[in-house]
Formats: sequence, structure tokens, C-alpha cells
Amino acid sequence: MLEFLRIRWRQGIRTSPFPAGGAEFPERFRGRPTRDQTRCRDGCATCQAAMPSGLLAPGPGGEARLDAGACLFAPEEAAACPHGAIAFTRDYRMAASDREALRSADGEIRLAAALDERMRRLFGRSLRLRSVAAGSCNGCEAELVALGNVVFDLARFGVQFVASPRHADGIVITGAVSVNMRSALYDTYHAVPEPRLVIAVGACAINGGPFRGSPEVGHGVPPDIPVDLWVPGCPPHPLTMLDGLLRLLGRLEPTATADRIG
Amino acid sequence: MSGFDQLGLRNRRAIPLASVPREPVEAFRRTVVAAVGRGWRLAAFFGFPEAHGSTRLLAILAQDERGELGATSTVVTERYPALTPECPEAHYFEREIAEQCGVIPDGHPELKPVRRHPPDHSARPPAGTFDRERFPFVQIASGEVHEVAVGPVHAGIIEPGHFRHQAYGEEVLHLEIMLGYQHRGVERLLATLGRDRAMLVAESIAGDTVIGHGGAHASVIEALARARKTPRAQAIRGIALEVERLANHLGDLGAIAGDIAYQPAAAYFGRMRGECLNLLMTLSGNRYGRGLIRPGGVLFDITPSMVAEAVDRLQRLRDEFAPVAALMFGNASVQARLEGVGTLRRPQCLRLGVVGPPARACEVPRDVRHDHPYGLFRFAHIPVATAWAGDVLARALVRRLEIQRSLDFVIEQLGMLPRGAIQVPCGPLRPAELAVSLSEGWRGEIAHVVVTDDTGAIRRYKVVDPSFHNWSALAAAMPGNQISDFPLCNKSFNLSYAGHDL
Repeated sequence: MLEFLRIRWRQGIRTSPFPAGGAEFPERFRGRPTRDQTRCRDGCATCQAAMPSGLLAPGPGGEARLDAGACLFAPEEAAACPHGAIAFTRDYRMAASDREALRSADGEIRLAAALDERMRRLFGRSLRLRSVAAGSCNGCEAELVALGNVVFDLARFGVQFVASPRHADGIVITGAVSVNMRSALYDTYHAVPEPRLVIAVGACAINGGPFRGSPEVGHGVPPDIPVDLWVPGCPPHPLTMLDGLLRLLGRLEPTATADRIG
Repeated sequence: MSGFDQLGLRNRRAIPLASVPREPVEAFRRTVVAAVGRGWRLAAFFGFPEAHGSTRLLAILAQDERGELGATSTVVTERYPALTPECPEAHYFEREIAEQCGVIPDGHPELKPVRRHPPDHSARPPAGTFDRERFPFVQIASGEVHEVAVGPVHAGIIEPGHFRHQAYGEEVLHLEIMLGYQHRGVERLLATLGRDRAMLVAESIAGDTVIGHGGAHASVIEALARARKTPRAQAIRGIALEVERLANHLGDLGAIAGDIAYQPAAAYFGRMRGECLNLLMTLSGNRYGRGLIRPGGVLFDITPSMVAEAVDRLQRLRDEFAPVAALMFGNASVQARLEGVGTLRRPQCLRLGVVGPPARACEVPRDVRHDHPYGLFRFAHIPVATAWAGDVLARALVRRLEIQRSLDFVIEQLGMLPRGAIQVPCGPLRPAELAVSLSEGWRGEIAHVVVTDDTGAIRRYKVVDPSFHNWSALAAAMPGNQISDFPLCNKSFNLSYAGHDL
């Protein structure tokens, strides 16, 4: 018993002070991608040919834009530009309320807005989620599990993962949505009582990720399942997920990534 | 023609495809069955299309005591006599061959789907439509036996899979596992995508085994391109592999503790797992080590200040790990809860070709780092950790030992990093060759096998995740246990759905 108490004492308190702090990342951390267009040369399209992912997507006028939702956060994506225009910042905040907010010329993101008054009254202080992995690699799931550990401690914000869709207020979808998981995904979605939230976590759920193009998967969450929160990453850092969830619940001040952190 | 074991095939050393024996199917069966009887092991067995609608079946055999690899092949058309009746460890490979190539192994006792997809390596166009729902489950016809189905969507945050128990009261009589929900078509992507993108797919075969699969992929490409990594790159890869093992083994011990409601160990080990992931993030910019390994070496160096910081963090972790592990394993109720549960017997383990910690927990000392050493492990050795009881406790004990040994190993290796570059150029692949890359991932043996065509393009890319071997072991360990112990048994194997489903 004494030994038990001694070990407990040595552990101390490990919970991150987030959102009041605790969001420090090492120098090499690859967060939100940006593009410095002043470095782009006229008519240069080297990056588009060398890009191993869908990070560069054509915009409405045909010009290439950054799409954080399709970003795989691989060093090759930055290296695709020989002039150093594309870079990864250490900004972990990326979750957005709509798909379009993840696309921009320079990589700035309009971060997720809070739910409306009625939804906040329902879910703001207690949110129960069901996890559906559908054609993933288990990377995003591993980070969702990490959200529950003593460091990130998701439960202190009133958010929990539950064992039945009937007990849930929403679902978290990970994976590119494989052909073999399609019907189970729809069954789970429809089993959650309305009003319900849908959260798409990771590059696969947002656009198919590294598996995009395989006949065995779709392009992420199908269009007939409306998504309330898009969380980019491969996989997203637990704080990227937590930041998105807290914004959705109206528990962080509304910001855009262009407003620099403190 | 030289024998299957005279080809000079070694872990990560390519040979001309033409040197691989091409035997008539009966001789091929005799070769494989006799080799397995003499202590060789099937590391991979798969098919790929040949001319005129025929399929070439290629078996990769491993002799663990001598560190040798062998290969033999045969050409079949629509069916061939199955090996499984005489060589049980071929059972799952032959189910996969039937599914991928549309070739029927006659006499296979349990010819069911593996991942439920239409043939994707077939020499002939598939006939008719494919029914992904078809799966003939075993059912015990008795009014007293009930069936419990679990999944594909699970109660926690777990990958999708379907488990069907035949239970008599609380006792499980039979467990059948239906997978394939995570099937993404990885092998085809690896064979057809450009090198940069293929590397990203390899890192996503199983997201908790980025270093294991990423390293196996890069190494098989290097073997076929004759790219020789520098000692420094090899050391960084070896260190990263062990940190990945540390993260996952710590997470597993925490999860096992959580499943038996021993909360302190669950909380402490869960936090320690994060420390290892953060170490990988410091090195590679990603908590799972994505972006680190690339054909030709590694993209990120370990700087001197990083060495000091990592050694400091790992020494602290070593100091913290020992007392928590002692607390958990010294607790009588923990022991009582883990002992004798989910026992895999040694003969079962050998018959099913089990690998990794579940095999080592049955006193089957298989470990690629020791048996087929590669990279850093040719120069520095980690003693193989074993236990004998084959139950949940034994699997937990193997992880405990491996955590201690990997911690010692990484701390030591960080202090003696060889000098030099971290990247060498990696050119085009040699044509018409065969290369096998084996790695000891934290779950066990990872095999990547590549066959190139006459132009140096990839003709067949085969991935064997340790979970491919080991899911059958979970099914074999369950009968006789209480159904309420299924989550605990499952957790003690902690197999990959994504790695199996590909």
C-alpha cells in the first residue's frame, strides 16, 4: 500500500492545462500547411507535378489552392516546391465547420464556428460520441484513444465515447469509407437519434487520404452524410481534435488561423 | 535447377526471379510440406498472373535457426490440390490465394473469404458479380447453444471486425472472426503508385506500425535498387523501431490493466505510451514517426542535443516503468485475473505459424531481429524475451521484458550513433527479381515481398502483417473461456485489423 502511494505521489498531475496552455510542439512538428505566394514564379507548376497528395487542388478559377483537408503532412509535400513556397507551420489548429474553409490560396483556415444556440444547449456541456472506423489505418483511432488518457483527458470537457449509437449525440468517422464498411457506417449514422453531429477526422475521412483512387474505398465521408466538423491530419494531433471539439461547443473564442496564437 | 534453399535468398537480398524453382504442382507440394516438416516456416505464400490465364504460386520459406530464406513456385490454372491438409500453416494463405487469384485449392477444409473482395490478382476476368456479404459461419446446432455476434462497429474506439461466438452459457465453444472491413486495396496501390506516394501508403498499412511497415517497404525497394544505407541511417531506423515497440507495448499493458479495471497501471502506462510517441514526434515531426523512413535512408537526423534529451527522457521512463510494472504484476488479483485466461498451447502456436509476442509467450522464440538480423540488429543484439504459459499473463510478461530490453537498447544505441550521411540515392529497381524484406514489428514478423517485371516495374507486391498469422491464434485461444473474457483475450493479442485487411 505504501509503495502504491509512493508511486502515485511520483506520478504527480500529468493533465495538460489545455486550452489555457500546454500546446507546445517540437521544432520539426508538421502542423497547418501554408503557401507563400510571393515565392511562386510565373508559370511554374513544379509543385503540382511533384505533389504526392491532393494538397494542391484547383480553385474556382482553375488556380491551385492549398487544401488542408487533403494534406498528408508528409515532408515531400513541402519539398514539392523547389522555391520553398510551401511549408508546414507549427500551428496545430485546423478544424473547420465546412469543407470549403480548409481550402485557400495561402493556407489560412477559418476555424470551426460554435454550434447554434439550440444545439449548444443540448450538447454544450455533455457530448456523447460513437466512433466508426471505416477503411482507416488505425492512426486516427489511436489518437482518439489518446484523447482519453490522463494528459488530454477529454472527459473533463464533458465529452465521452459511448458503447452504443443509441446513447450517442453524434459519430466520429475515421477512414476513407471502404466498400466493406459502407453499410455499417450508414446503419450507425441512422441509429443515432436526431439532432446528431458528424465529425470527420483525418485526411482519409475528408478526402480518401493516401488510399484515394483505390476501387476498394470512397473519397471519405459520403456527401449524403452531412459533416459538422472537419479535422485535418494524418493523423491529427490529439490537440487538433480537442481544439475542434471545443470550438464546436463554443468553448473557445472564435478565431481564424490568421490571428496568431498569443 | 537448384533446390529452394540453395538460392542465396536472404532477408533484404534480392535474387533473379528466373533462379526460383518452377516445379510441377505435385513436386511443389512435396517440397513445401517436406520443408515445413524439417522446421522451415511459411513466411509468405501468394499468387500472381502468368501468361495464358495461368497463375504462378510462390512460397517464401524461412529457416529461423540458420537465418536462411527459400523460395519455390508452381504454375496452376483454375485449381490445384491444397497444401493445408498436410501443412496446416498454409490454411490462411490458401484462403487468400483463392480470394485474390480466383484459384481453388482443392481439399481445403475451410475455404472461406479472408477480406471479402473480388479477385484482384486474377489471371482471368472475374465471372459474375461478387457477393461481399457471403460468409458461411460455423453454427452449432443445439437448442442450448446461443450465438453472440459482436461488431463490426465496436463499443470503444476500435477498428471494425466481426466476431461470432457459439456459447454454452458463459462458456465460448467456438469463435469465428470475419474481417475485411478495413480493406483498402493496399497491395495494388503499392504496386502501381509512384514511389513517393507508395511510401505514404506503406506508412498507412497499419497506423500504429508506421516504422515497422515503412521500414520493411523502404528496405525491399532498396534491395531491388541495390541502395546501401549508411550505418547512421540504419541506426536511426533501428532506434525508431524500438521506440515504436515501446510505445505500443506500454499502451498494451495499460489497456490490459484497463480491461481488468486496474486503473493506476492503465493511467500510468497510457501516459508513458504518449512519452514515446512524443519522442518520435521530436525526431520526425509526427507522433507515429511518419516522414522518417524513406528508400535510401531517413529524412531526419538525430542531433546531439536530441540525443541528450532523448536519453534523459528514456532514463526517466525506465525509472518510472519498473516500479509500476512491479506493482501491477506483483498484485495477486491482477495475477489471478490474467493467469490461465486465453491460453494458446504451444502445439497450436506451431501449427498455426504464429509470430511475435503471442508466439514468444508459448516458448516459441521467433524474432526476426535475432533470426534474420538486418540493419542495426546485425551489430547490436536484443535478447529474445519468452514466457511459457501462453496465456494473457504470459503475453503481458513478454511485453514487460521487451519494454525493459528495448529501453536499455535504445539508451545504449543513442550513445554510440555512427557518423555519416543519413541518405543515399535510391535508383530504379532491377528487372525480373525477387526480394523479401522481413522486420520484427512490435506485433511480430512483417514481410514485404516484391517481384519485378522485365522493365523493373513492380509486378506483385505482397504484404504479410503479423496479424495475418495471428488472428487464427485468437480464435484458437478462446474456446473454454468465458465470453466476458473476450475483450481481455483480444487485447492481449492486440492484432491489427488494418494490417490484416490491407
